[in-house]
Amino acid sequence: MHQLTIAELVKGLRNKDFSSVEVTQHYLDRIARLDKTYNSYITTTPALALAQASAADKRLAAGNAPALCGVPIAHKDIFCTIGVRTSCASKMLDNFIAPYNATIVENYLDSGVVMLGKTNMDEFAMGSSNETSYYGPVKNPWATDCVPGGSSGGSAAAVAAHLAPAATASDTGGSIRQPAAHCGLTGIKPTYGRVSRWGMIAFASSLDQAGILSRTAEDAAILLNDMASYDTKDSTSVDREVPDYTATLNDSLKGLRIGVPKEYFGEGLNPQTAAHVEAAIKVYESLGATIHSISLPHTNLSVPAYYVIAPAECSANLSRMDGVRYGHRCENPKDLNDLYMRSRSEGFGDEVKRRILVGAYALSAGYYDAYYSKAQKVRRLIKQDFVDAFQSVDVILGPTSPSPAFQFGSKSKDPVAMYLEDIYTIATNLAGLPGLSIPCGFVDSKPVGLQLIGNFFAEAQLLNAAHQFQQATNFHQQTAPGIE
Amino acid sequence: MAVDRSDIAKLANLARIAISDDAADEVANRISTVLALVDQLQAVNTDGVLPMAHPLDAVQRLRADVVTEPNERELYQSIAPAVQDGLYLVPQVIE
Repeated sequence: MHQLTIAELVKGLRNKDFSSVEVTQHYLDRIARLDKTYNSYITTTPALALAQASAADKRLAAGNAPALCGVPIAHKDIFCTIGVRTSCASKMLDNFIAPYNATIVENYLDSGVVMLGKTNMDEFAMGSSNETSYYGPVKNPWATDCVPGGSSGGSAAAVAAHLAPAATASDTGGSIRQPAAHCGLTGIKPTYGRVSRWGMIAFASSLDQAGILSRTAEDAAILLNDMASYDTKDSTSVDREVPDYTATLNDSLKGLRIGVPKEYFGEGLNPQTAAHVEAAIKVYESLGATIHSISLPHTNLSVPAYYVIAPAECSANLSRMDGVRYGHRCENPKDLNDLYMRSRSEGFGDEVKRRILVGAYALSAGYYDAYYSKAQKVRRLIKQDFVDAFQSVDVILGPTSPSPAFQFGSKSKDPVAMYLEDIYTIATNLAGLPGLSIPCGFVDSKPVGLQLIGNFFAEAQLLNAAHQFQQATNFHQQTAPGIE
Repeated sequence: MAVDRSDIAKLANLARIAISDDAADEVANRISTVLALVDQLQAVNTDGVLPMAHPLDAVQRLRADVVTEPNERELYQSIAPAVQDGLYLVPQVIE
């Protein structure tokens, strides 16, 4: 049952091949038996899952149930879930039980989707390797001595190890696409504003976007149909009709103009990764697409701009974690300052503290113009590169990450080396564009990701292009070794 | 730009994060590495470019000035460590 895609689960539940309780119990058993190896879940919710599954079975029996009714998925622990611990993988929120659901959680609840549990992640989504979680690192099912990627590493490992058929995730600088690449999955970050951020614990508010990790583009389309919505509770949510993302999956790619930016194939790109991306370009040509060489001249500035803007926003967002209102509180504070200082110092991990300090520096008097304002200007130049490129192409194609999954500890001592992991993904967050990663090959038996970037709100086109690639290839059907 | 121990002490105080004396040098080094990366921005000509705060250049929506949320005081207080008479109890920090 755990080999079935979301599309197949939807069909099987309708045909009464199995019940939601059976599928849910099957996944709960697998998690209990196998997740010791991967550490992909922080919290599992078996009793709640079975109650939701039982309710879903009743809706299915009564007819008129929504498409996803009875399908189990996992939620990244960044999304608030009522009555269930929402830790964001931080000691700070280890004891936080949210009194409400994030809008996307609520959307899925309305659809009868079953929650298996909350997946592991980098602390407050800060990391590219899932090594900064308070609950320990997540192991990559393809190579357990390697990272799954971050920050949605738990969601990616859970899906790759068949401990969930799909999972929610979030992407601030590549946190959906990079783990998708490292774990051989499909991962989509929608356009900023397409999916509500309400109830998603904020890291960098102008960059964060919720999305999906799944095994196929078809599954991502089915799941995005219910995840995307206009939400009056999120002032950055966009009031725009949600199309049926499955309706255009089978459209022909004849005449699709694909732009290949030369800046994505420079120094630092693993040659074998490059070869697989080149081979993917040939697949697209055979499907009728035309390939165009393009330039995104400010690409090399996306990482430096990001590492001013994201820490600046994080230092503001995380100021609410003060020992008074949320989570961890130190013992016996001697005064108010001591309460703030010790609660924050005890509650936050090293990477979070480092980013808060960089953010405080960038926003401090005397440096605001030199760093923050400058980075926001460069951000506009980066966005303009894309706006110009989309005058002549429909989709932009390149690698997702410079190289396949790396070993634990190999980059954690050098923050800049770790930050460069996201060099191909960050620019889309700065610009607010949708991006997607799909598997396109293997290097040393580890998956390689192909990134497709779309124009604003062109998720349907991205999913169409990804689905057509998956109809012509079988990379997405490969399973990590040792997964029964 | 490199930061030193005294900069770290000032920043740590601003951010309400304690950095021990033992860790100050290492933190200063690691933050200096990140700042060296972001210093690349200084070489870019951004004359006449407006700072971009939002990817879609959206404007703040307005809504009618009416209460839309129900009173959830009991639910919200149910997760607090200590409450009394509808108020949250926090440690005494002011003498």
